[in-house]
Amino acid sequence: MERFIRESIAIVEVELIKLIRDPTELVSRAVQPVLWLVVFGQVLAQVRGIHTGQLSYLAFITPGILAQSVLFSAIFYGIAIIWERDLGVVHKLLVSPARRSSLVFGKAVAAGFRGLVQAVVIYLIALVMHVSLRLDPLAIFAVLASVMLGSGIFATFSLIIACIVKTRERFMGIGQLLTMPLFFTSNAIYPLDIMPSWLRFIAQANPLTYLIDALRGLMITGGENVHGYAVDFLVMLVTFTVLLLVAVKLYPTLAE
Amino acid sequence: MNTAASDRFAIETSELTRQFGHLTAVDHIGICVPYGEIFGLLGANGAGKSTLIKMLTTLLAPTSGSATVGGFNIIKSPGDVRRRIGYVSQLLSADGALTGYENLRLSAKLYSLPKTESDQRIGDALDFMGLADSAHKLVKTYSGGMIRRLELAQAMLHRPAILFLDEPTIGLDPVARHMLWDRLLDLRRDYGMTVLITTHDMEEAETLCDKLAILHRGRVSVEGKPAELRMQLGAHATMDDVFAHYAGGLIHEGGAFSEVAQTRRTAHRLG
Repeated sequence: MERFIRESIAIVEVELIKLIRDPTELVSRAVQPVLWLVVFGQVLAQVRGIHTGQLSYLAFITPGILAQSVLFSAIFYGIAIIWERDLGVVHKLLVSPARRSSLVFGKAVAAGFRGLVQAVVIYLIALVMHVSLRLDPLAIFAVLASVMLGSGIFATFSLIIACIVKTRERFMGIGQLLTMPLFFTSNAIYPLDIMPSWLRFIAQANPLTYLIDALRGLMITGGENVHGYAVDFLVMLVTFTVLLLVAVKLYPTLAE
Repeated sequence: MNTAASDRFAIETSELTRQFGHLTAVDHIGICVPYGEIFGLLGANGAGKSTLIKMLTTLLAPTSGSATVGGFNIIKSPGDVRRRIGYVSQLLSADGALTGYENLRLSAKLYSLPKTESDQRIGDALDFMGLADSAHKLVKTYSGGMIRRLELAQAMLHRPAILFLDEPTIGLDPVARHMLWDRLLDLRRDYGMTVLITTHDMEEAETLCDKLAILHRGRVSVEGKPAELRMQLGAHATMDDVFAHYAGGLIHEGGAFSEVAQTRRTAHRLG
């Protein structure tokens, strides 16, 4: 266990050094949520076409947009993995005696830190837009934990796809194909109870829904948590564990 | 687990085979490399050299046959094998976004070297490879020769008994190439390291290797000391003649598109 943690930290440390040295990607990823909140959110709030209970529409979609940022930045993580494969970095890692599980887990945690940066960006935009945020430390801590977990889920999912498709070109196609359906079949920009039953059924199987559900209750004053935090976190933890196990199995095939 | 044979040999393969669909990339290969030897694997692109190295370094499972590396079975005890080997891939595996020092520190952590020992070894490795002055520069600013020396430093940091080098001098200029050879010979002298190297370079094969095996279509077509192989073809035969005779063609002929593309990419990155 101690070795597992040490090896995972080594991977996380390297990823963080690289991220701090070249934050271009983080900055460019921050543009999209600004558009969603400042343009889309504000305009749709005027229409009042979507019933969001006590919450303003902008407050309603803020957690959804954070989850979207987490999803979009994590789902393209596989590109970096394929890039590492083309460079031979994956081969070097796999020839070392480090556990495969530490290598994959380290990557997932590193993706989590990228997600945290997105969270900070969304909080700042939301504060400027006067969204009624819950600012008690415990709630913020729980938001950050959800974001780490959500990033881990989608980054690991992305890693699995990378292991299957193995080339950047194919990955780009599949990445584009996955992000929008995952986003639109979730409760990010409309509540579950206004969805047609078939869509609600799909949304209940979408891990993004549980991330958003947890975030909505934890981030927003008066935000409704539909499933209960225990269910949200349990679903996310189980999903993450299953994806992790599959990724650990598939990751070594990248070097074949 | 240790048999008498595997105590004598650093690498020993028996009927080792790997198929990809209908293609047999490595076809019932049996080689034995004693400890302390520099063993060269030669062959045209697609002859099976890289597939063989991938199996021996536990990156790829064999379809059939067996092999021991450092006395351990590659299928049953891959973890033990990994602790005893170092590997420099054909690709440039050093991370360009990190400094030389950071690349070495990552290796030290992945091989669980104790902190005090790893600092000492990283310092020694940087000195030995002539990289001490560039230790804190990003690797993407290094020359091709420096990157290769850094990778060699990474591969030997945990003092492996056996070093696998997959075309390490591809794309290097003659000065950088000779520098790498000198370091390899030093490593063998100082640590008695066994080296298995694949190459296209006949000068490299002759200067560096104690023994060679030439692969052709996944099989060993001939094995022996460089001088012996030349003598077999006549008094004036060169290593190029030996290669052309046993490898079934010219040095740079053949090879799958992906393999050629990969080689060119590596050469391009080495600038």
